[in-house]
Amino acid sequence: MTTNANASRRTSHIRTRLMAGSLGPVTVVSFVLLIIWYSACLPMNSGLPNLENVTGLADRYLAAWNLERPVLPAPHQIIEDIYRTTIATPLLRETADGTVLNARNLLYHAWITLTATLVGFAIGVSLGIALAIAIVNIASLRLSLMPWIVASQTIPILAIAPIIIVALGSIGITGLLPKSIISAYLSFFPVTIGMVKGFNSPDLLQLNLMQTYSASRTVTFTKLRWPAATQMLFASLKVSISISLVGAIVGELPTGAQAGIGSRLLSGSYYGQTVQIWSALVLAAALAAILVAIIGAAERATQRAMGVKPEGYAP
Amino acid sequence: MSKSTLLTCLLGAGIALALLATVMVHGGDFAGAGVVIAIAAWLVLWLACSIWSGVPQNAGGWFGRIRDVGIMLTFGITLIFLWEILCIGFGVPAVLLPAPSLIGARVASSYPLIAGDFVQTVIRAAIPGWAIGSLAGFLTALLCDRCDFLRRGLLPIGNLVSALPMIGLAPILVMWFGFDWQSKAAMVVVMTFFPMLVNTIAGLGEAGAIERDLMRSYGASWSETLLALRLPAAMPMIFNALKINSTLALIGAIVAEFFGTPLVGLGFRISTEVGRMALDTVWACIAVAAVTGSAFYGVLVLAERRVTFWHPSIRQRTQ
Repeated sequence: MTTNANASRRTSHIRTRLMAGSLGPVTVVSFVLLIIWYSACLPMNSGLPNLENVTGLADRYLAAWNLERPVLPAPHQIIEDIYRTTIATPLLRETADGTVLNARNLLYHAWITLTATLVGFAIGVSLGIALAIAIVNIASLRLSLMPWIVASQTIPILAIAPIIIVALGSIGITGLLPKSIISAYLSFFPVTIGMVKGFNSPDLLQLNLMQTYSASRTVTFTKLRWPAATQMLFASLKVSISISLVGAIVGELPTGAQAGIGSRLLSGSYYGQTVQIWSALVLAAALAAILVAIIGAAERATQRAMGVKPEGYAP
Repeated sequence: MSKSTLLTCLLGAGIALALLATVMVHGGDFAGAGVVIAIAAWLVLWLACSIWSGVPQNAGGWFGRIRDVGIMLTFGITLIFLWEILCIGFGVPAVLLPAPSLIGARVASSYPLIAGDFVQTVIRAAIPGWAIGSLAGFLTALLCDRCDFLRRGLLPIGNLVSALPMIGLAPILVMWFGFDWQSKAAMVVVMTFFPMLVNTIAGLGEAGAIERDLMRSYGASWSETLLALRLPAAMPMIFNALKINSTLALIGAIVAEFFGTPLVGLGFRISTEVGRMALDTVWACIAVAAVTGSAFYGVLVLAERRVTFWHPSIRQRTQ
């Protein structure tokens, strides 16, 4: 009797601990979402001809989860498709010119988009930091340029994507660079705004201290303003890498590019291959999550190297 | 010479040089010299701006009072002017980059066409989608606030989803909701939901512990505390989300049109005219979208100043 009570107390204790953090609730919510997804498959797909002759709820559901071109595919179909197009497909292909990446493999498309994203991100971040340094140091730029940088983001920049691709294509620049320029255009903004805030974050006391050391502007910048801005830098880098990926994907749409995640989305929508669209989407999501996680890891490493106390510490 | 006289002289000289350059470049005979004069005009106006920025904002006289707006407008107009002069002076092909005057002429000449696109994309898709998505995000945030389990479960997912390329859902939504504006509005709803959810949850945590304790000592219920204290405290974050969403709404509506439309809409116009190399029409559409986006944002900023007049960042401005 007592052991039984102890055991039940222990399980309830474990349950409280599991549900206290965010891991337990996230698992439960994801599970509920998954159930909703699976049960939505039948109502969403019931209009398709393949389901007309199927009777009985269980059979109808089984059929709805295994359609070839469903309106809403079941999660296991997406996972299957991803497996089929990544691990089950050879990554390299022998051609007359030698070994090249296989265009049937989804990872090849992810690689194409990833390179454009990273090049655009690098350009955007350098431009963003350079602009922030200029704005912090030149008063008239802060007044004249800053409002236009903010205004530049209120226009739907992705709408310019087709023009950039076509304009650069007409002077012979194609492939990676036009997509990267769109990524850079999108990703410079959070960095500029964040870094201007970060460079201006040292308070008067700290600036005055630098003055008593008779530090030059350059020294004040490298020893005070730059370290003070690192926290903002990483926060804006996380925003910037994910919109850089969006820029690269959208950049692949207008020309009907032959490779990349965007082209998979476009060809999937042309040929009604829903599962292909979904697996491209899942891949894009995974790519975004991995890129953000890498920046998060770099942030923690930098903070450790700079001697910042872990979170929860308030000076 | 006082600063205001110097400033007036410089601005006048800059405008005169700019006019001269325009005449020379458009005449065609002195294009090269015109470009040189245009660059001189730019330098003079730049000098005026940097002197102007040294004038304190609360200084008497017109040049102090309109300083910020004046510098901003001078800079923007100079930029457009240089674009015009360099495009025409160097004979940049219109395929690459049409001059602003050409774009303006196109907006005026195909006004009915672009007005139809505007109604389709902005009035039918972007604004309803923005309103529904923001409202749904807001209500879900309230639900999360009532039920802490839901908050801890949804917030990490919301943060993750905010970083994902949601725009990729566009082809699927077009498949589900058809080619017309419904699928574009759905795209906007999906894109605007999570920023609003995450920001509202963060905003509802803004009210301080002392104020909350005070409300409890009054015996205030959850809804009374929400209306009197926590919602007003959350307003800066909510407006932040509304502003982010205003940009996302236009992007979502336009990009979703790349995947199929009923032959009308800004995104449709952009993607088809690019194919026909009619870049002046494309730029006209973008100009319309840009003005719409800025106006949308501007209205939200004005509303924000009325609602969150107590916030330090706004009080500072008016003092």
